Amino acid sequence: MNALIVAGLLLVLLGLAYQSGWSRSRGLVTADGVKIHSRPQYHGSFVAIWAMVPTLVILGLWAWFGGGITRDYTVSLIPTDIMMSLDQVGLNAAIARIGALASGYGVTGESPAWEQAAGDALRSFQMLTFVGVLVLALVAGGAALVYARSRIDARLRARNAVERVINLALLACSAVAILTTVGIVASLVTEAFRFFTFIHPFDFFFGTVWNPNNAGSAGNWGSYGLLPLLSGTLMITAIAMLVAVPVGLMAAIYLSQYAPAQLRAVAKPMIEILAGIPTIVFGFFALVTVGPFLRDLGNLIGLSINATSALTAGIVMGIMIIPFVSSLSDDILNQVPRTLRDGAYGLGATQSETIRNVLLPAALPGIVGAFLLAVSRAIGETMIVVLAAGNAPVLRGNPFEPVATITVSIVNQLTGDTDFTGPQSLVGFALGLTLFVITLGLNIVALYIVRRFREQYE
Amino acid sequence: MTDTLSTTRQASLERTQRIRAGLRRRHLGETIFRGLGLAAIVLALGFVALLFVDVVRKGVPAFTQSNLHLAVNFDPEVVKVDPAPVRDAFASQAEYTAASLKWQRDVALLNWNKVVEASLRAAAPADFEIDSRQILSIAETDARHDIREMFVADPSLLGQTVEVDVLASANAANWIKGNIDRSLGDAQQQLSAPARALIDQFVDNGTISNGFAWSIFTNVDSRAAPASAGLLGAFVGTIWMMLIVIILAVPIGVAAAVYLEEFAPRSRWTDLIEVNINNLAAVPSIVFGLLGAAVFINYMHLPISAPIVGGLVLTLMTLPTIIIATRGALQGVSPALRQAALGMGASRTQMVFHHVLPVTFPSILTATIIGVAQALGETAPLLLIGMKAFVASVPLTPLDQATALPVQIYLWQGNENRNFFEPRTAAAIMVLLAVMILLNGVAIYLRSRLEKRA
Repeated sequence: MNALIVAGLLLVLLGLAYQSGWSRSRGLVTADGVKIHSRPQYHGSFVAIWAMVPTLVILGLWAWFGGGITRDYTVSLIPTDIMMSLDQVGLNAAIARIGALASGYGVTGESPAWEQAAGDALRSFQMLTFVGVLVLALVAGGAALVYARSRIDARLRARNAVERVINLALLACSAVAILTTVGIVASLVTEAFRFFTFIHPFDFFFGTVWNPNNAGSAGNWGSYGLLPLLSGTLMITAIAMLVAVPVGLMAAIYLSQYAPAQLRAVAKPMIEILAGIPTIVFGFFALVTVGPFLRDLGNLIGLSINATSALTAGIVMGIMIIPFVSSLSDDILNQVPRTLRDGAYGLGATQSETIRNVLLPAALPGIVGAFLLAVSRAIGETMIVVLAAGNAPVLRGNPFEPVATITVSIVNQLTGDTDFTGPQSLVGFALGLTLFVITLGLNIVALYIVRRFREQYE
Repeated sequence: MTDTLSTTRQASLERTQRIRAGLRRRHLGETIFRGLGLAAIVLALGFVALLFVDVVRKGVPAFTQSNLHLAVNFDPEVVKVDPAPVRDAFASQAEYTAASLKWQRDVALLNWNKVVEASLRAAAPADFEIDSRQILSIAETDARHDIREMFVADPSLLGQTVEVDVLASANAANWIKGNIDRSLGDAQQQLSAPARALIDQFVDNGTISNGFAWSIFTNVDSRAAPASAGLLGAFVGTIWMMLIVIILAVPIGVAAAVYLEEFAPRSRWTDLIEVNINNLAAVPSIVFGLLGAAVFINYMHLPISAPIVGGLVLTLMTLPTIIIATRGALQGVSPALRQAALGMGASRTQMVFHHVLPVTFPSILTATIIGVAQALGETAPLLLIGMKAFVASVPLTPLDQATALPVQIYLWQGNENRNFFEPRTAAAIMVLLAVMILLNGVAIYLRSRLEKRA
C-alpha cells in the first residue's frame, strides 16, 4: 500500500518535471529563429532527472535508516520497569507485538494496557514519519524541479548532461558483475574463515574422514576431512571425461569434416539439445534408467555394480558434457587455416590422415583448453551427483561403489538450514570456497590456452 | 637385355603392389576413422533419443487418473447439522459472520468419511464384506474435503443424492494401472485383499474410470493425498522467478554490455570487469546458491523459500550469459552504420540507442530467451535457499513460500511412495522439457524471422 502510494507520487512528479522542462524549452523557440542547443525531450529529461535525484536520496535514506529509528522509538515506548525484566529475545518479541498492534492485525491473547498504548503511539508515529518523509521528499524534488527549470535557456547543454547520467547508469549496471564476484568471494571467505575457527584447516584439507555430526552439540562436531569428497569428485569427473572426450571430439570431427550439409544441419542442433536439458532431468534419467541398467549389466557379466555409483553419475555427466566438448572442438577445428589442410591433401594424404596428423596437432592446445573447461563443469555439477552418485563419503577407488562429491556435501550440509552458527552448516562455505578456487583455476588456465591458441593464426 | 627389362618391370610391379597394399591399408584406416566419427554422432543422438523416449514412456501413465463416480447421499442422519444461517435484515453483519463461522465449524467437525464410505458401499455389490478402513482406502483421502466443500457451497444438498467424481487413491491407481505385481501376497500389498477385489469390481461395473489427469495442472503439491498432487504451485513459483529474472537481468545485462562495448575506456578497470564476467559465466551454479544463502537470506533477511530470493540468485547467474551474448551482437554491427549515424550529427548515445541497439534487437532477444530457459532448469542453487521446503499453496506474491518446477521434480523423485511418484516425476519432467523446448523454439523462430528483416 505505502509502496504503491510512493511509486504513484514518484510517477506524478516524474511526469510533471518532464512536461515542464519540455514545454519551457518549446517556449524558447521563437519566430525570429533562436536556436536551442538540445531538443525539447532532452530538456524534459534534464528537469526530470534533477527532480528525481533529491527525492530518491531522501526516500533511500529513510529506507536505510527508517527501520532503526522506528525500532529505537518502539523501545522508548516500553516502560522502564518492564524493560528491566526483558532479555534480548523478550525485547524482540515485545517489539514485534507492539508492531502488530500498530499495524492493526492485532495479537493473539490479551495485551496489557501499556502495550495497547505503545501500539497506538507507534501507529501515529509511523503515520507521521511516513507523511513527513514523503512531504520532505516531494518538497525537495519540487525545489529541484523549479531550479532545473529556471536553468533552461537556449544555450543549456541539456543533452550532454542527460547523456552523462545515462553513461553513469550504464557503468553502474556493469559494476553489478563486479559486485557479484565481490559478494561471492566475501561470503565464501568470511564464512569459511568462521568454519576454520572451529576446525583446523589442516584437518579439513588433509582429513580422510568425512563424518559431520549434524545433531552434535558444542565440542562434538564430527570430522570434516575433504579428501573423500575430493576423490569422489575427481573419480566422477574422470569417468565423465572418458565418456565425453572421445564421443564429443569424434562427433565434432565428423560434423566439421565429413558430414554432408543436411546431416550437419540436423545433427548439430540435435546434439546441442543435450546442453539445454536441465541437469535434474539427467539426474532422474541416471537414477531410474542408467543405474538399474548398469546394475543388471554387472550381474550379467559377474560384476557387482551399485545402481547409484560413481560409474552411473560419471557416465550420465559425460553425456551431459558431450555437446560442450563437441561445439568447442568444432569451433577450434574450423579455425585451423585452410592452407594447412590443403597442403596435406596436396602431399597425397587421405582425409583421416590429414585430420590425425595435421588438424588435430594444430588444434591441440585449443582442444586441451576445451577439455579443461569441460572438467571444471563436471567438477561443479550438482544435481546428477546428488541423485545418482549414492552419497557415500568414503575414501575408496572402486567406481562401482557409491561415492560423495563436494557439491553433494554442500547440498546436504546447507539444505533448509541457514543458521550459520556451527561448523555443520559453515562447512558448506569452506567446500564452496574449495570448489570455487578449483574451477576458477581451471577456467583461467583453459581460457588462457584457448585465447593464446586463437591468436596464433590470426 | 630382356632380363633387365623384366627385373625393372618386376620391381615396378612390386612397387605398385606395395603402394596398392599401402593404399588399401590407408583407405581402411580412413573408413574406420570415418565410421568412428559416425558412431560418435549416432551415440550422441542415441542418448538424446533414449532420454526423451525413456522420460515419455515413464511419464505418460501419470497423465491418466482413476476417477470414482459416486452417488453421494447427504443423509441427514450422518450430516447432522443445523440449517445454514440466513442473512436476515435485523441481524448485524458481525452476528451473521459469527453465526456462519460457527456453522462452518460444525460442518467441519462432522465425520465426512462416513458419507464417502456410504457412497462407496452403495456402489459395491450388496453383500460385499469389507470394513470401513479398507473401503476408504480406495478413495483419495481428500475426497471428504471435496464433498464437504460442496456442501458448504450449497447447503440445500442436505437429504439429496448427487453424482460426484472423486479421485481414487494412489494405491488404487497403482493397482488399476498394473504398477504392482498382482501375484504378491497380502503382506506385501499396500491394499487389503477385499479392497483389491472391490477395485476390480468397480473397474468392471464402471464406477472407476480413467480420464486425463487435469489435476496435475490444476492442483498444488500434496503429501496426504498423493493422487491429487499437482504442479500448479511449482509452476507459479517458477513464473514469479522468471519474471524477476526478466525484469532485472535483461535491462542490467544489456546496459552493462552496451557500456563495456560502446562507452568504456580501455582501462584496467574495464579489463577487470571483462575478466570478471567471463569467470562468472563459468562459476558452478551451486556457488550462486551459497551467495544467496549468505547474502540475501542471512545478511539481508529476505524471506526464506521465497521466489524473490530465487529470482535474484538466478538473475545473477543469468547476467553473464546475457552480457556476453549482447556484446557479441554489438560487435557484429557493421561500422558503416555507426559512422553514418555519427556523420549525421548524432551523439554517441544517440548512435547507440537509436541505431545500433535496434539492429541487434533480435540477437539480444534470442540470447535472453535462451538465458531464461537455462535459469528455468536450474535446481542446485534453489535447494540452498530453502526452496525445497514442502509448500501446498499457490504463491500469490514473490514474497510467499514457493517451490519451482525443477525442485518439484527433485522432491517428487525422493518421495517414499516411489511406484506412484516415479511416473509423476517423469510427467513433471515432460512439462519442464515442454516449456524449455517451447522457449527455445520461440527463440529460433524470432531469430529467423527478425534477422531476415533487419
